[in-house]
Amino acid sequence: MTLTKRIIACLDVNAGRVVKGVQFVDIIDAGDPAELAHRHAEAGTDEIVLLDITATHEGRGTLIDTVKRTAKQLFVPFTVGGGIRTVGDAAAIFDAGADKVSINSAAIARPELIDEIGSRFGAQAVIVAIDARRATQSCDPVSDAEVFASGGRKSTGRKVVEWAKEAEERGAGEILLTSMDADGTRAGFDCELTARVSEAVQIPVIASGGAGNAQHFADVLLDGKADAALAASIFHFGIADVRELKKEIAKRGVPVRLPC
Amino acid sequence: MIAVIDYKAGNLTSVMKALHAVGAEAVATSNPDDVFEAEKLVLPGVGHFSATAYLEEHGLKAAIEKRVQDGAPFLGICVGLQWLFEGSTESPNTEGLKALSGKCERFPEGMKVPHVGWNAIQVKESRLLRGVANGEHVYFTHSYRAPVVNETIAVTEYGQPFTAAVERGNIMGVQFHPEKSGAIGLHILDNFVRLA
Repeated sequence: MTLTKRIIACLDVNAGRVVKGVQFVDIIDAGDPAELAHRHAEAGTDEIVLLDITATHEGRGTLIDTVKRTAKQLFVPFTVGGGIRTVGDAAAIFDAGADKVSINSAAIARPELIDEIGSRFGAQAVIVAIDARRATQSCDPVSDAEVFASGGRKSTGRKVVEWAKEAEERGAGEILLTSMDADGTRAGFDCELTARVSEAVQIPVIASGGAGNAQHFADVLLDGKADAALAASIFHFGIADVRELKKEIAKRGVPVRLPC
Repeated sequence: MIAVIDYKAGNLTSVMKALHAVGAEAVATSNPDDVFEAEKLVLPGVGHFSATAYLEEHGLKAAIEKRVQDGAPFLGICVGLQWLFEGSTESPNTEGLKALSGKCERFPEGMKVPHVGWNAIQVKESRLLRGVANGEHVYFTHSYRAPVVNETIAVTEYGQPFTAAVERGNIMGVQFHPEKSGAIGLHILDNFVRLA
């Protein structure tokens, strides 16, 4: 009996539809969130994350409705992120059927938000998402990796490892670490950065950005010491079948859940 | 009718949805009168053990005790299972139901906490877990865990073994979240719902 490593499917949602941008342009429609979430869960995905990628530009109405529809027939853990700024925002997302919220820019702007949501809904309900970029100018690009806000558009001057530790101290239940360098490349996760963060905190770390094949997942779950790995496009567009992927990484020694 | 007891600790949406999905008639309530009238009780819960103080303060604990004595099937989920024990080091001044002996404690240092994700259960024969095979994976998310006791019907290991499910007569509890454990979770809820 071992705690298995989770494979998480991420749905990037814009105006109620799942989309996938390639380097933030060429947005391609990938389908209906409720339908896709259900399909991923049936296929053996361990968890679903829905991110409202344009939350800042829209009202909350669309997202709440999308969360409700998606949660309706979903019986695996369901996380929602994007534009959550207050405990009230989080409460509305939970009421709509989410199990966890993912907060990013709002937590950077006001770190107390982590404490507030955590103390009201429990640590397990709060994921702090960190968009990270290696500090190429530094002699230690990994240790000095920087946190970016606003969907990767705004430099914050904060170091990734320090911010992850602060998030943990404030009561985050998990860290969702996205490597902006690897994101969209399908060339593999940033194992080194993921390991650095995972070793620095005592809470689970979800690796994101760069998933292309089974080897990448095995690498980040073993060498990268990640507790879970997240991917979007490779699942939606049928590039990877989650059951096959899990069988493949199980062969490489990663404990996974393989439902029949 | 199943009363899903709302003690203002996190949301009940997922549990209600899952119960409805297996065809149960369930209502969320904070009213002791509903508890007295319900055929079955579900005490969900994610969050802090201290939240269970609400049960005593609002007459729900007394109502639950009475119904449980009368033989009404009771299912505690997560903190709801922990509440069946004497208490938890998470909130030393909050008493549990004391239906089971022992205290809940935090996972030891050196383990990543919370214990989040799908872990396997080693099961014994029981009514709640009828049809659940050894080694099935279910979804957990918690920082405190209950000791293994005589009433334990499923054990999981994280650092060391802990109680994943208990059953003694009509009193049942699961540390994992059946409402988030896919088909096997719904199967377990269905077992509970169909108890005579």
